[in-house]
Parts: sequence; C-alpha cells; structure tokens
Amino acid sequence: MVVSDLVEKFGLDIYSGKEGTGRTVAGGYASDLLSDVMGHAQEGQVWITLQTHKNVMAIASLKDLAAVILVKGNQPDEDAALQSNEEGVPILGTSLQTFEMVGKLYEALREHNIL
Amino acid sequence: MKLSENITSFKADLHVHTVLSPCGDLEMSPVNIVERALQQGLDILGVADHNSGLQCQVVREVGLERGLTVLCGMEINTREEVHCLAFFPSLDQLEAFGQLIYERLADFPNQPDKFGYQAVVDRNDQILDQPEKLLISAVDMGIEETERSVHEMGGLFIPAHIDRMRNGIIAQLGFIPPDLRCDALEISRHTSRKEILRDHPSLKDYPFIQSSDAHFIEDVGAAFTVFELEKPGLEDIGMALKRQNGRKITSP
Repeated sequence: MVVSDLVEKFGLDIYSGKEGTGRTVAGGYASDLLSDVMGHAQEGQVWITLQTHKNVMAIASLKDLAAVILVKGNQPDEDAALQSNEEGVPILGTSLQTFEMVGKLYEALREHNIL
Repeated sequence: MKLSENITSFKADLHVHTVLSPCGDLEMSPVNIVERALQQGLDILGVADHNSGLQCQVVREVGLERGLTVLCGMEINTREEVHCLAFFPSLDQLEAFGQLIYERLADFPNQPDKFGYQAVVDRNDQILDQPEKLLISAVDMGIEETERSVHEMGGLFIPAHIDRMRNGIIAQLGFIPPDLRCDALEISRHTSRKEILRDHPSLKDYPFIQSSDAHFIEDVGAAFTVFELEKPGLEDIGMALKRQNGRKITSP
C-alpha cells in the first residue's frame, strides 16, 4: 500500500510533496507532541496530527515517514509546505478529527495485513 | 561617553504569576508579591500572567514606591501550545499587544469554580476587572508570528521553561527552530544550565535566564537570574542578553 492509495480511499487533500505519493505505508502514528514523534515514530509510518508548524516537516523527513495527515481541515504553514515539496514527503489533509482518521487508517492497514 | 563604569549585580525573577492567572493563588496580590520579592532580595521582578498583561500596571506602581523594578510582560500560549515570555518597553505597547492576544485567544469562558479566579485587582485587592475568556487557553497565533509581533513592538521574546514536558518548546516542537529569534531561553527552577546543555548541546550559544514561574507567594524568587547592569530595566537587560556594553548574565 502506498500513500496515493490512502489519498484515494479517504479523499485526502494533497497540500504538498506530491512527488512522494508513491511512498510505501508501513504503519501509522498519531501525536501532537513533536518530541514524542521524534522519539517514537517509525520509518514508513503515516503521521496524523493537528500541528501545522514547519518542525512537523523537519521531523517527518528526519524519521523518514511516509506522509503527514493534517486533521480538522488544518493546512500546513507555508515553510512546512515548501520543505515537504523539497523532501518529497507529502502533507495531506482531511476534515475529519484525529480519532476518526486514526480509526479509518487503522482499519485499512489491518485489511491489507500491514498491521 | 562612559562605558561599563557603574555596572552592578541585580537579582531578577522574571516569571511570576498574579491573581490574574486562574492558576495563580489568591495570595498573589500586587502588594504581597512586591513584599515577598523584596524579602527574597530581588531587584527586578517580571510579571508574566497567562496571555494577559492587565495586572502589570498596579504591580509596577507598587514596586516603584518600594524600590523594586517591575518588567511588564505576559506568558503567551501559542497555537502550538508553547509558553513564551514577552516583555515590553512600555505599558502602552504591552496593552496593544495584549489586545491582539485577547482577540485571538480561544473563545472559551473561564469557569472560576473549575479553573480559578482571574482577577485584575488594585493595590487594596479590590477587583477591577475579570476577563471573560479562560486565559490559559491557546492563542490562534503561531510561535513565529508571535515572535515577530513581540519584536515589532520592541519587546523581548523568551521561550519559557524549555525543560518542561508541559508547554515547553522542546517537548511541543521537538527542537527549537533555528531561525526563531529568541532573545534568551528560560529554564525552570527544577534544572540547571549545565543539565540542559548536557541534553541539548546545540543550545550552548543561547543566553539563559532562570525563573521561579511562581503561582504561590512562597515561590517568588525560588529561582532567579543575576544580571550585571548599569540600570535595572528592559533596555539594560536586552543588552545583557547580547553581552553588550559591559552588561551580562552571571547566573545561571
């Protein structure tokens, strides 16, 4: 399963980093505390958060995450989107809140035997 | 022009809450705070209530009479829920900034029985005002915009208690954005500069201050910064943070 499969399945917006939509999805991580993500997220995971700060992108790239999904219609800060384009790690968006997005993603990853 | 001739040491606790902060104890009245600060041997006090500077003027007036310098500021809770101190050269600038912050503060009313009273009081502890919104909420202003706005108004911008897991910049944002113009970093009374630099060696070039973050009267002065200044005030402190004109920090 790749990032573009999630975009299609959940009708996600692609804000930036479109080149990275072919990245393989290895799991998911939900947290709004960036130090927690830095310490505990694993390579290839999709990160679900409401934080829009540019450090989100720096950490997503550092941890080699598959993509970031911003919830509740939040849009990335301009410098976050720029870095996402440079690094090719997509920032996606949904109007759903974290609980709902996580539930859907979890279900989909189970169906595909990724979890 | 004379340089560095009349430099002396000043003890400063730049992060003290008052009765205006819902979490601030009711004993934190202007007179009590100033008295306690003087007992603790402080020369400079920073008033930094959550997202509001409305209590500064009275504390400053009481301080002026008693020989205590009071800096006018607040502790902003940014969109990322990072707590940042800001101090302004005048009450006018503080007021203008305070209005901007209040407009963008989450529209959630305070419930005194749950969160505590938010009282602006005069020197006799008579209540002058009680802001309606809950002051500890987050402001819809990102940390970069907050920093720019503080600097545009001639203020100092200092991320608060950076060692704390709750609302400290490192916990919230993972690391300090290198292009964020921090005039200093504040550490809590529970750590030391040495300990912070052991965990985060990349912060070695930042000036550090240490403060009490007092919410209770007995904690005023429980941690402090020692400055070498000519005059106690924001301008000299600004120079000390940059190690200019003989001004500097000697502790932490």
